Amino acid sequence: MNTLRERLVAEPERFEFGAVPMHQFDLARREFFKILGAGIAVFAVAKDALAQETAPGSPSFHSEESPKEITSWLHIGEDGMVTGFTGKAEMGQNIRTSISQTLADELRVPFESVRLVMGDTALTPFDAGTFGSRTTPTMTPQFRRVAEAARNLLIGVAAKEWNVPPEGLVAADAKVTHPASKRSLTYAELARGKTLAQNLPAEDPITPATEWKIAGKPLPKVDGRAFVTGNHKYTSDIRLEGMLYGKVLRPPSFGATLVSYDDSAAKVMSGVTVVRDADFIGVAAPSAHEAHKALDAIRTQWKEVPQVSSKEIFSYLKKNAEPSSNERFRHQKGSLEEGLAAATHGLEVTYNVAYIAHSPLEPRAAVAQFADGQLTVWTGTQRPFANRDELASVFHMPESKVRVIVPDTGAAYGGKHTSDAALEAARLARAAGKPVKVVWTREEEFTWAYFRPAGVIEVKSGIASDGKLTAWEFHNYHSGMSAIETPYDVANQLTQYHQVPLVLRSGSYRGLAATANHFARETHMDALAHAAKMDPLEFRLKNLSNARIRAVLEAATRSFGWPRKKTQDGQGFGLACGTEKGSCVAACAEVAVDLASGGVRVVRVVEAFECGAIVNPDGLRNQVVGAIIQGLGGALFEAVEFENGRITNPHFATYRVPRFRDVPEIEAVLLDRKDLPSAGAGETPIMAIAPAVGNALFDATGIRLNDLPLVPSGLGKG
Amino acid sequence: MAMQIEVNGKRCAVSYPPDTPLLYVLRDELGLTGTKYGCGEGQCGACTVLLAGAPRRSCQIPVSAAAAKPITTIEGLEKEGKLHPVQQAFLDAGAFQCAYCTSGMVMSSVVLLQTNANPKREEIVQFLQGNVCRCGTHPRIIEAVQHAAKMMQERAR
Repeated sequence: MNTLRERLVAEPERFEFGAVPMHQFDLARREFFKILGAGIAVFAVAKDALAQETAPGSPSFHSEESPKEITSWLHIGEDGMVTGFTGKAEMGQNIRTSISQTLADELRVPFESVRLVMGDTALTPFDAGTFGSRTTPTMTPQFRRVAEAARNLLIGVAAKEWNVPPEGLVAADAKVTHPASKRSLTYAELARGKTLAQNLPAEDPITPATEWKIAGKPLPKVDGRAFVTGNHKYTSDIRLEGMLYGKVLRPPSFGATLVSYDDSAAKVMSGVTVVRDADFIGVAAPSAHEAHKALDAIRTQWKEVPQVSSKEIFSYLKKNAEPSSNERFRHQKGSLEEGLAAATHGLEVTYNVAYIAHSPLEPRAAVAQFADGQLTVWTGTQRPFANRDELASVFHMPESKVRVIVPDTGAAYGGKHTSDAALEAARLARAAGKPVKVVWTREEEFTWAYFRPAGVIEVKSGIASDGKLTAWEFHNYHSGMSAIETPYDVANQLTQYHQVPLVLRSGSYRGLAATANHFARETHMDALAHAAKMDPLEFRLKNLSNARIRAVLEAATRSFGWPRKKTQDGQGFGLACGTEKGSCVAACAEVAVDLASGGVRVVRVVEAFECGAIVNPDGLRNQVVGAIIQGLGGALFEAVEFENGRITNPHFATYRVPRFRDVPEIEAVLLDRKDLPSAGAGETPIMAIAPAVGNALFDATGIRLNDLPLVPSGLGKG
Repeated sequence: MAMQIEVNGKRCAVSYPPDTPLLYVLRDELGLTGTKYGCGEGQCGACTVLLAGAPRRSCQIPVSAAAAKPITTIEGLEKEGKLHPVQQAFLDAGAFQCAYCTSGMVMSSVVLLQTNANPKREEIVQFLQGNVCRCGTHPRIIEAVQHAAKMMQERAR
């Protein structure tokens, strides 16, 4: 897969995010007001903003060395409209709404007078990307800080106007009031004719969650109407004057190299531009069907190379692990030998996790335009600034001449970090001298995007006769380090991550390896509970002192009615829990197995989730329920199959995703901890569902399933 | 001679070849981008339109086969600034996340409610089985369809 982009740009993130580019945003204030008009502006300078993006335990990219970074800002216009700016992208996780709520709340203005400019490298502050559940924990306090500073600035303007001390003034309901003289001026009136700007050092937010008025409420999605009418323009909906449609010629298999090439028939087609640049072959034409025809007319021959298949992937991963002494990948405590010697029961199990695909419903897409020495690209990416940098590097342009704009996107789930479509559209646009749109087909999306990596996880453990864990050894090969460490109390443990060179192009996915690691750990814990002849809940609580996990576990089991009595054959109940990215989750599942056919149905799921103070309970519920349903796919049947360098199930007809019939009765129990900072919620709710379902299947049948997906074709007869 | 199709009550000239899937004519030639490309294989339902009132995957229908029948797209549901009850119900229920599947879900649901004014949950599930929502908003979509059914029944009274 040695294509243009892979030779010219850095390898995409693989598992966790260690390397974060450093940038200093440098938009002159005069420039800022020229774009936005007069008014009042506040810039937040957060010294720790970048440091927070790096994975825990990674080498220090630390705040002390990083430049002062403007990470968010807002503008209050002469019409009183408040505009917030953030480099984050909206992809269905509903942060446009939740951030707007936070801004309105802290600025004391109606929700309707706030709008957000997001993911536009020319207008918004630098941002490393929308991933890692970082939007809520970083953007919420930052916007509160800028809003608070703006309020104080407005109070200052009013105080000067009235020649009174600012201490007696109150900012509320979009105006500043002087109660003593009953005078008031609206924010709009105060902003009129001003070009006031203020920088703001990082400070703690001032309004505690208990006093939120607009944040914390289940407000509906901003611009919801544009989505139900079809009016919202996703990247793939953009049409520019004279725009061409681009298609890329893909090799027949991964690693194939071009042997012969003949584009003579395609080149002579009317309005068609053909580009061959190293291994990149693409066409642009006035319509999609003409682009297809041109692509079909290009004759190529390829030399293919042997490739690993999905049938042998797990033994391959195990065999090809890189010897590593990297302490970052290893956590050790106590003595495993002593722990195992003290055990009355021991257990050793290997768990396998298949590759899965994000398959967001809007495939990768980009529209690129070169005009007046500037490249503008609209693309649905989670990393607009990284995309900009890659475009600048590939086209040898200064970053200031490249602008990336992210329209609210048709989902990503961690799958849209890279700039593939952006580079392809831009390469074609440059050759054609016209704007070009590239929209990947579903098959391209399933084949040439990247995947959640497969993995092998080996767990060896011991428990004492009272059910206390005495030893815990956990090795993850390839799938990743997220949530790799056990939250349970165990004195003797060894946890290690083993890198393996990539087989398929792999990268981020909702929750990263937290799902794989929780599947292995929570399945193993269930098997240990069974070995100890203890109830799975009781066994976990016995080994768990983390109060937040205990709380979600107790909340989920209470709503579920744990322990449940079986009322029919094939019925089973299971649970799982865990913590990651500052939030905690516990899930209980009920399954029904048709013992004659082996058919499996998930009947009911109760999941409790806690992510600190809830910013928007309605949006949060959507995320939690969505994660449960998406998680059911990877739990039950999703798996990328491959052979001879080809994905053999690159269609929705062969790669099964959850559909309406797969959806159980779902209850999401949201714990609102107003005393804790708000954590992100896009990822963690996905990670308990697979082990909960697997444990329920064991309860139903006595069959222990240790691989994901659990039942790609049912349990089998008998 | 240019082919014509009737979309949302308007006659539109089409210059694309007759075997072009209707989806591309709607989106690229007529600019009706509310109808989405999700798979191009008739497997996801994002491109669902009404062809003479029946739900059809517009990625699977050559435009020539649509020439003689009235076509309704998501853009044709709103009347005089008023949302169709199904659109209103999706909005009220917050039955979307990324919302890329919403057009197809709404169009399919409109047909369901035309043929079955008061569908049971299982009937909704059955009818929408061919529509993919990757964000996992299914329970709210079901809720929205039930809510729309109620609104439409009240309106009919």
